[in-house]
Amino acid sequence: MKKNTPKGQVSKLHSGDIISGKWHRNEYSIIRELGSGATGTVYLASGKGGKVAVKTGHDSMAIISEVNVLKHFSRVQGKILGPSLIDVDDYVTGGQQVPFYVMEYLKGDSLFQFMKNHSEEWAGILLVQLLTDLSMLHRAGWVFGDLKPDNLLVVGPPSRIRWIDVGGTTQIGRSIKEYTEFFDRGYWSLGTRKAEPSYDLFSACMIMVNLAFPSRFEKKKDGRQQLKEVIRSSPLLTNYQSILLKGLYGKYQSAEEMRNDLVSSLNNKGRSKVSAPSQTTSGASGRSAHKKVKKKKKRAMMFETVLLGSFLFIVYLFYLISQTM
Amino acid sequence: MEMKKGTLRQVLLITDGCSNHGEDPIAMAALAREHGITINVIGILEENSPEYHQKGLREVEEIALSGGGISQIVYTTQLSQTVQMVTKKGMTQTIHGVINSELQQILGKESTIEDLPPEKRGEVMEVVDDLGETMDLELIILVDASGSMEKKLATVQESLIDLSISLNSRIGFNQFALFAFPGKRDETELLIDWTPKLNSLTQAFTKISSGGITPTGPAIKAAIHEFTNRRSKRRLITGDEEEYSEGSGF
Repeated sequence: MKKNTPKGQVSKLHSGDIISGKWHRNEYSIIRELGSGATGTVYLASGKGGKVAVKTGHDSMAIISEVNVLKHFSRVQGKILGPSLIDVDDYVTGGQQVPFYVMEYLKGDSLFQFMKNHSEEWAGILLVQLLTDLSMLHRAGWVFGDLKPDNLLVVGPPSRIRWIDVGGTTQIGRSIKEYTEFFDRGYWSLGTRKAEPSYDLFSACMIMVNLAFPSRFEKKKDGRQQLKEVIRSSPLLTNYQSILLKGLYGKYQSAEEMRNDLVSSLNNKGRSKVSAPSQTTSGASGRSAHKKVKKKKKRAMMFETVLLGSFLFIVYLFYLISQTM
Repeated sequence: MEMKKGTLRQVLLITDGCSNHGEDPIAMAALAREHGITINVIGILEENSPEYHQKGLREVEEIALSGGGISQIVYTTQLSQTVQMVTKKGMTQTIHGVINSELQQILGKESTIEDLPPEKRGEVMEVVDDLGETMDLELIILVDASGSMEKKLATVQESLIDLSISLNSRIGFNQFALFAFPGKRDETELLIDWTPKLNSLTQAFTKISSGGITPTGPAIKAAIHEFTNRRSKRRLITGDEEEYSEGSGF
């Protein structure tokens, strides 16, 4: 226990510092700090193969746990979900052994930066992408856990959401390793902290809520009612009201199910916007909008038939002319 | 690594420091550790608290250090998350310590998990995580009910219910007991007897009458007593030997 008890400060690394691995003898030259969290600090560094992200931390147990998760990620078949793991080692500084690991460096915008420069419908699209990845992760037997904007990045082009910090990733059936209150259904009294797909879906919904309310808010007495009212109060969120409420209340069994609902709502939204721009999405008027859409659709189909017919007629005319020549 | 799954015995002490009555809490924490009990400590600060708290904070750290546990200073607003984080980390650290001492038996005096190459370390850590998730837990919560804590008790109560949500999401089985110090008549008072779930807290806390003294040392002593009593009682019932529990943390 001697070596792990002092939660002793690992002194910060600075630009130009070189750390070299005790076991694998790889060297990394620090470029700058990328961010720092509960378990350690992430630096941008250059290694043999170019730019990488290096994470060091005082809590060696937490660091090893994260490495284990990243290793499992690389075992998930097909697409890479998290950043890929490059190296795991220790460096020695001032007689102290500091664990670190090296991962792929992902470059991109934070969720908030990205949304500042892009139109609102991107929020729904990013959520669809996130749900696609979640469904793969869940099928592999894991739950992300600490899902929040800080742990996500939008890379590209083409713009694609990626997760960068996998410290909270937990095997399904266990208790969530790490969470952030605002995104935690336990905090809102809307469920347990058991790792199951619906835990992530709750957090995914709260990411949308956070996009609409960047400064977040605290829980009042009745979390269930409060979140409902919050969603109704925001134009960005009312678009997805029924899906978000289902996600928050744990009604979705899988990420696919929620993703499919979201995709079809995004499709429909686009259509109704073209045909009935003045319509808003409240119950009764929503239905009449739907009818209008249908009518317009019929008219559009007739128009298409006429167009196609005349096109064929012209082709036929040409044919006749060419025959008579 | 084959290990018999036992029960983790942990104390969670919530205080604003500055004990002023009875035994030295740091000494009592060291004694607890000898019994295989880990002491984790949370020091609560108020947003704009005066300097004299510095003294209280040092006490918080030293109790945890000598009790083999984790300590964390926190403002009332972040209490819930800290309570569950400290408890879980404390459990992991205890298991980690036990595995280290097993390693030393196999590999020699100066070997710890950190001395293994990273690949092996990862495998050992999976065992640690596994045990943390599946082992049974007995947790005694000691709540400082001295005058200066009075305003914070509502938040403490909330955070303990939250803790119960976290721990009951684990696979392992949990038992909680809650003590306040000082109690109405004694230095320490049992508010909730052993129970698998902490949801009946509301009534428990109304029983507290905030007193003038802060007998932190005696409270830790009472927790040790409770654990050892419980153990010997159970041994009587089951005839279990449980010899491995002495000093090993389980």
